Amino acid sequence: MYTEAMRQSIKILEGTRAFRKTQELGLMSPDEKAQLLRDHHPDYKGEQQRELRVGPSRGDRAPHEIADLIEARSLVDPEDFDLSRIDHDVDVLVVGGGGAGGAAALLARESGASVLLATKLRFGDANTMMAQGGIQAADKSHDSPSIHYLDVIGGGGFHNDPALVRALVIDAPKVIGWLEEMGVMFDKEPDGTMVTIHGGGTSRKRMHSARDYSGGDIMKVIRDEVLNQDIEVIEFSPVVELLTDGKGRCTGAILYNMETQEYSIVRAKATVIATGGAGRLHVQGFPTTNHYGATADGLVLAYRAGCELAFMDTIQYHPTGAAYPEQIVGQLVTEKVRGLGAQLVNGEGNRFVYELETRDAESAAIIRECTERNLGVVTPSGMRGVWLDSPLIEEIHGSGTIQRLLPAMYRQYERFEIDMTADPILVYPTQHYQNGGIVIDDQGASQIEGLYVAGEVAGGVHGRNRLMGNSLLDIVVFGRRAGAAAALRAKETVPGELGLDHVRRYHEELEKNGVETTRRAPMLLPDYRPDELKSHLITIGS
Amino acid sequence: MEDENVTIYIMGKRYEVPTSLTIMKAMEHAGYRLVRGCGCRGGFCGACGTVYRTKDDYKLKVGLACQTVVEDGMHLTQIPFYPANKAEYDIEELDANIAAVLKQYPEVARCVSCNTCTKICPQDIQVMDYVQAALRGDIAKAADISFDCLMCGLCASRCPAEIVQYYVGVLCRRLYARDIAPRAQHLADRVAEVESGKFDEEIAALMGAGEKDLRKRYNERDIEPK
Repeated sequence: MYTEAMRQSIKILEGTRAFRKTQELGLMSPDEKAQLLRDHHPDYKGEQQRELRVGPSRGDRAPHEIADLIEARSLVDPEDFDLSRIDHDVDVLVVGGGGAGGAAALLARESGASVLLATKLRFGDANTMMAQGGIQAADKSHDSPSIHYLDVIGGGGFHNDPALVRALVIDAPKVIGWLEEMGVMFDKEPDGTMVTIHGGGTSRKRMHSARDYSGGDIMKVIRDEVLNQDIEVIEFSPVVELLTDGKGRCTGAILYNMETQEYSIVRAKATVIATGGAGRLHVQGFPTTNHYGATADGLVLAYRAGCELAFMDTIQYHPTGAAYPEQIVGQLVTEKVRGLGAQLVNGEGNRFVYELETRDAESAAIIRECTERNLGVVTPSGMRGVWLDSPLIEEIHGSGTIQRLLPAMYRQYERFEIDMTADPILVYPTQHYQNGGIVIDDQGASQIEGLYVAGEVAGGVHGRNRLMGNSLLDIVVFGRRAGAAAALRAKETVPGELGLDHVRRYHEELEKNGVETTRRAPMLLPDYRPDELKSHLITIGS
Repeated sequence: MEDENVTIYIMGKRYEVPTSLTIMKAMEHAGYRLVRGCGCRGGFCGACGTVYRTKDDYKLKVGLACQTVVEDGMHLTQIPFYPANKAEYDIEELDANIAAVLKQYPEVARCVSCNTCTKICPQDIQVMDYVQAALRGDIAKAADISFDCLMCGLCASRCPAEIVQYYVGVLCRRLYARDIAPRAQHLADRVAEVESGKFDEEIAALMGAGEKDLRKRYNERDIEPK
């Protein structure tokens, strides 16, 4: 339900709709875009980042919120920790219960490995489940993996790892086929042709979808299939530390049962980290689209074990997070809304950016509109945003389109008495994706023997900016590759010694480099209790 | 929209919380550090099914804690987990028909059409209709109606016939997509092309290109019209 002031602003927007409907707005020039990013993208605020003082990527820059977790001690004390009882002895341990973890578990099992999948929340409580817009693949005749390649690498600012981009685009048709075969309900024409649309930064319409629960349907199908297979799944049990042998190889991990607080030891011939992103760190205080468990756990653990990180100074802010109503601030308004023709409009009723620029540029343009130009719309809580003129979708594609193609979005707003088919919605950028992450090769292998990495926690695939629809693709492509590679390694390896030398060394390095801290990581879960309450807690027991 | 407080009762215990909060944020405001019953926080994952009663109303209501705003006098509890049997099957051995559904979930035949599942669904899905469609062997309809299901489990918690509706739904969707929806021929063609190595040379050339060359190609690439 909109306030009177917001209603007035909507009137202004409605007044310009007929003109805007036929208004042509082009892509900005490369120079304009570079300038816009420098001036208004949050990644370019130098004081919001710092150089890492320890570890393999020492000297690289990262946001303070991530650096704080990297420059932290382990949750376990390597000098006093009993590793003698092996509770789970498996070929492959998969850490993380999202799409990448699920895909890795399936491929590892298919390759004959015994598999344990451990996850911090429920299996499927992951960003995959929330991905609405779609998944890219160049499977139409006027498109090709090479055109997809160029879109990916251009979108990433030409910084992407070419071998990873190749893997992404060349596997894309195959993984869509794999999902289709498993029973994902892709949107199709009556003859079976995939319905595909544009996304920001695509030069061909190659965004496949399953209504606007694209990730949800993929996740539910993968989860269903994992549960059909002989794969052990342990929920509410995050990994709190990796285990290594004397030669720095990863040989297993320590699981922590969040409900009983008991730990257990997993010995694994290969371990796949698929723990997702970092939205719940709320970099620079931004709200986030991410699920409750997105706290960079795997990133911290792999780094401590000796893996380099790439592009940790870039975070993707999704241009269109909800800015109103208050209850859903930060939640995703899928890019598909713009893909279908909804325009971004400022408080004066004017468009200010072409709607299908890459996400970094869209976000910077919205921030500029709300700060420097002061043309945003103010909400009752004082937040600023710009309008996303969703009723245009109904005008362009016919009435009923939003409920048919964007049921999740429609429902989200309807719950708060906003009818997005009749009224625009207010948006502002929200922390969405970790562009960088752990360095991997095209088989998903990290720099540590025995450790594989897939999905958002890895870095290099997307360079400095990921395109819409390439994350669902990434998790399936690299989940599968990492799972298969881990199973292959398991066949060629005997179980290793279990130790915590890497933790001991890391603690020494912290001290040597003057990082005096009581911080411990990984964080596992954010804490949203009020400060006043937290100052009145009693902790019982040790 | 003043930030006045309302009184709510979490599992019977009284707390004062700001009016505008969702149930999930109200529980955190009250001091709960959630482990169960909190997932995506955006209405997509189904982790936070909650049952509640409002003041002076005998009716049992439900919602997702992340999407439902507190009301004064609300009594609530979360149902973050509900025991449910998931059948284990080899999807490739099943056909999209009533036999597949009844073999995996014979209890579907016990549906008494009471519609309790539909009334409780926080996604406003016509749950009973898709269960009945499955029971008639209309797998396509069951898949279509159940599509928005989050698998929160509230339907199963109230079903007098002890059906686990959401597992029936996911089975029907998979069967529909595999066996009834036409396959994408262009996709199969493209996979064959990729496997034949058709694009290897082009991509190798791009991988070997310098940044300047790539930039030029990127900036000059033609873009398919909307």
